[in-house]
Amino acid sequence: MVTKRANASTRETYGRTLLEIAQEFPDIVVLGGDLNVSTFTHLWRDQHPDRFYDFGPAEQNLIAVGAGMAASGKIPFVSTFSVFGVGRPFDQLRVLVSQSRLNLKLVCTHAGILTGEDGMSAHGIEDLSLACALPSFTVVSPSDSVETAQVIRTVAATNGPFYVRLSRAATPVIHDASYRFKLGVAERVKDGNDVTIIATGVMVSVSLDAAELLAGQGINARVLNVHTLKPVDQQAIIAAARDTGAIVTAEEHYIHGGLGSIVAQVIGQHCPAPLEMVALQGYAESAPAGELMVKYGLTPQRVAEAAQRAVKRKDNT
Amino acid sequence: MVNITTTSNGATAIQPTGMVGGRHYTIPQLEAMARELRRDILQSIHSAGSGHPGGSFSELEILMSLYFRFLRHNPAQPQWAERDRFILSKGHASSGLYAVLAKAGYFPREELATFRKLNSRIQGHAHPMTPGVEMNSGSLGMGLSFALGCALAAQVDHKEHLVYALLGDGECEEGEVWEAAMAASHHKATNLIAFVDRNRIQNDRFTDQVMTLEPLAQKWRAFGWRVMETDGHDFHRLLPAIQRARENRIRPTVIIAHTVKGKGVSFMQNNPAFHGRALNAQELETAMQELA
Repeated sequence: MVTKRANASTRETYGRTLLEIAQEFPDIVVLGGDLNVSTFTHLWRDQHPDRFYDFGPAEQNLIAVGAGMAASGKIPFVSTFSVFGVGRPFDQLRVLVSQSRLNLKLVCTHAGILTGEDGMSAHGIEDLSLACALPSFTVVSPSDSVETAQVIRTVAATNGPFYVRLSRAATPVIHDASYRFKLGVAERVKDGNDVTIIATGVMVSVSLDAAELLAGQGINARVLNVHTLKPVDQQAIIAAARDTGAIVTAEEHYIHGGLGSIVAQVIGQHCPAPLEMVALQGYAESAPAGELMVKYGLTPQRVAEAAQRAVKRKDNT
Repeated sequence: MVNITTTSNGATAIQPTGMVGGRHYTIPQLEAMARELRRDILQSIHSAGSGHPGGSFSELEILMSLYFRFLRHNPAQPQWAERDRFILSKGHASSGLYAVLAKAGYFPREELATFRKLNSRIQGHAHPMTPGVEMNSGSLGMGLSFALGCALAAQVDHKEHLVYALLGDGECEEGEVWEAAMAASHHKATNLIAFVDRNRIQNDRFTDQVMTLEPLAQKWRAFGWRVMETDGHDFHRLLPAIQRARENRIRPTVIIAHTVKGKGVSFMQNNPAFHGRALNAQELETAMQELA
């Protein structure tokens, strides 16, 4: 059986981390769009009302005001749900933020199908694709709460536009306090030489469970946590393809334009190897997050099956 | 250089320097300069083979009033933190801004000839790579929000500078303008002064044919703004209007400036054809004679 892990909320960690770094970064201002209790930026609103702005559900204005603040030397952390923060104001992100490389931090919660019962309009399954399409943006999808805290500190300290993807549901904690996040450097969560599972976000935990299942079948899987999707750690991906000869990608995101596409681009150019992708094939529906993960194939079993297919393809070549 | 005074109602007013490079321009001098800058605009667009002359002409006196009378700025130090900000939201009318910025000394006038050409920093739509340009543009509706961000940043930093934004009238059909309008009064952006270049023509046709904007002043008022209206070309009216807007600021202020698209050239005036095309050689010659 797979390892049991405690759950923690990445969005709550985000809200608490902002409070912790408020003194260290006096230029931080926090902007929200009437979802501040859900994004946990209400913690900041209550502690630092003079550095907090609510713009209601008007996301074009929300992003563009943040851009003006960034151009004036502030460090705006802008938060709402991923569907409203990336999709609705994509043009403002493109023209104002990306094309001027402004120091705006877009931290969105409620990404992916982990948003659950609110249904398909609330499931941000295209956000990584959209954010990665913006040339100036750095895109980060933390794997757990421990990593999220370090990501937020790094984002505050690093100049330039960021998109950070967080979940509604509490997710398994895979790191302990000794973990050190390094922007743009993939984490080798588990060693292995038969196949590499390259995962991001909650799927890192799922992939560790898959690796345990595979171990029982005599397959020694490497697991890479690609928390930074852009710029992606090409060397780690190339090394995985070279060392293990077979790759599986695992993401709680639409199959087009996310982690799978990015990895395919890297190995296709530098080190072709059999590649299987575990991702969403389209829109989901209203249901508890755990049930959606099962129905839409984001489980340890399905990742393990993909790894078996990849290994078999390697052996057939 | 700058006199900051407190008015009787406690609002802070920054007095205009009326100076650029140590020089005070009289209204007759500004009027002569307007003809000169219109020639620069047409030449630059003609050289590029494309551009937006109509709106560059309708906005020109507003920009000149700001840059040569009211803005607290330093062309030698475009990133000076205490500067007043001017945000051109209708960024297609970049040529008007470029002509003014060059005249003010942000970059050499000769660079106007590189407009829209390879390896130039004078882009088709205004971009901050040009010294003096504050915001990237080309997609309408964003400038008022951006200006609001600059205004709120100034407030949180306890800075006294003002933020000006210029919007097109057709641009007011963008929903984001009204998101920003609502937010500016809610967040008490009293240091924000917007202009609407009410030239009554947008890309395709007259604004009335595309979308009913009136009653425009009532709309702004309903969103919590102080609304002023003025002639947007006559410096005798425009300069005092801007001065009044800078005083007694208890709400964000919008100046609806009634302007003429293509102002100053007989065949361009009020003609939608000149929203977005360069003049041919013969048209250019005629226009240059009219603007002499």
